[in-house]
Amino acid sequence: MKHPIDRREFLKLAGLGGVVFASSLGAARAAGTMAAAKGGTYDDFYFVQLSDPHWGFEGPPNPDAKGTLKKAVAAVNSLSEQPDFIVFTGDLTHTTDDPKVRRQRLTQFKEIVSELKVKDVRFMPGEHDASLDRGEAYQEFFGKTHYTFDHKGVHFIALDNVSDPRALIGEEQLQWLAADLKAQPQDANIVVLTHRPLFDLYPQWDWATRDGAQAIDLLMPHPHVTVFYGHIHQEHHKMTGHIAHHAAKGLMFPLPVAGSQPQRNPLPWDPAHPYQGLGFRDIEAEAKNAEFKLTELPVQKA
Amino acid sequence: MQATRRRLTLGLAGLLLGAGTIGLRAATQPEEKVIKILARKFTYSPNKLTLKKGVPVVLELTTADVLMGFSVPDFDIRADIIPGKVVRVRLVPDKVGTFAFLCDIFCGTGHETMNGTISVVA
Repeated sequence: MKHPIDRREFLKLAGLGGVVFASSLGAARAAGTMAAAKGGTYDDFYFVQLSDPHWGFEGPPNPDAKGTLKKAVAAVNSLSEQPDFIVFTGDLTHTTDDPKVRRQRLTQFKEIVSELKVKDVRFMPGEHDASLDRGEAYQEFFGKTHYTFDHKGVHFIALDNVSDPRALIGEEQLQWLAADLKAQPQDANIVVLTHRPLFDLYPQWDWATRDGAQAIDLLMPHPHVTVFYGHIHQEHHKMTGHIAHHAAKGLMFPLPVAGSQPQRNPLPWDPAHPYQGLGFRDIEAEAKNAEFKLTELPVQKA
Repeated sequence: MQATRRRLTLGLAGLLLGAGTIGLRAATQPEEKVIKILARKFTYSPNKLTLKKGVPVVLELTTADVLMGFSVPDFDIRADIIPGKVVRVRLVPDKVGTFAFLCDIFCGTGHETMNGTISVVA
């Protein structure tokens, strides 16, 4: 990226109100909660993470259920400098017991996001997309549910912890992960993209991956690992050892803080603050500081 | 009739479950109270239990339709409830409070509200 600071300043001036994660990895380390991501060399770039659009959901938690994703697409398209690529970390559609409706929703979702200016878009399933048919419909539209790609010195790994309805990555995929990691330099810059938290965030609300600890164990020998995920419909940051885990906001309805209320029901829509709690983030890989910087952005201007 | 069939299969299922059943040996001890819980899309019946601290119980789990999960994270208990089988888990309520249990196998549109509570009183 040529002018990362200029772009961030633009976001503020444009009223998009991006909130820079105060503890982008360096600062977070100062706060005692994060670690640096310094690893092998990489070039500056940035990408955008969108998560949990739940296309097909209808209900009071979002009176603009049919418009929010389109607004998010417009917001990404309005960024002054377009990202290198975009990732969707799951729950592209809201679940349905009807396979035909599932495919209709996947079709509609794909049509809407085809309006993104950036055409390098990486998708992952959430349990709403894939758990009822082990990812069959999802794969018809978006291909493999776990894969890797490399971008400007960073190795990205998309992990599927939803196609198995038991919230398992599964032995086969774990072996695949182990083999992939073995092929990387130990100090590789690794980013894991997934849907559910790999750690036990709050199993009482199913905010966990049953065998996520095995994936974390495989990642632990690598000193520069960052995980971006969705599922919990809110920003959340957590360290497991030196590995940083960052949950993204959703694009349909926000969920409460873990354990803050008896049920994990969506937070109510606030007419005075529409789209509150929804948003997406841009993630800057800054070679100079050897860190990722997260900027949270709203669906529409405040 | 279904319930009768389940009871008939109960003995065999208990033998077959083996390592998959938590506390099976203890579960067969007659003095422990057995609480039957039936899972079906997308509820547990009953979905509210009240237990006395220090008094173990055996939860006897069945499903009326599809594969379900039963998880009580605060007591480190979980089981798959397989259609046609009876699953027993032993629960030792060693702390007072209200604790969630939930289905942790994605089972359909109502999965996310398929849960209940266990209240443990002194």
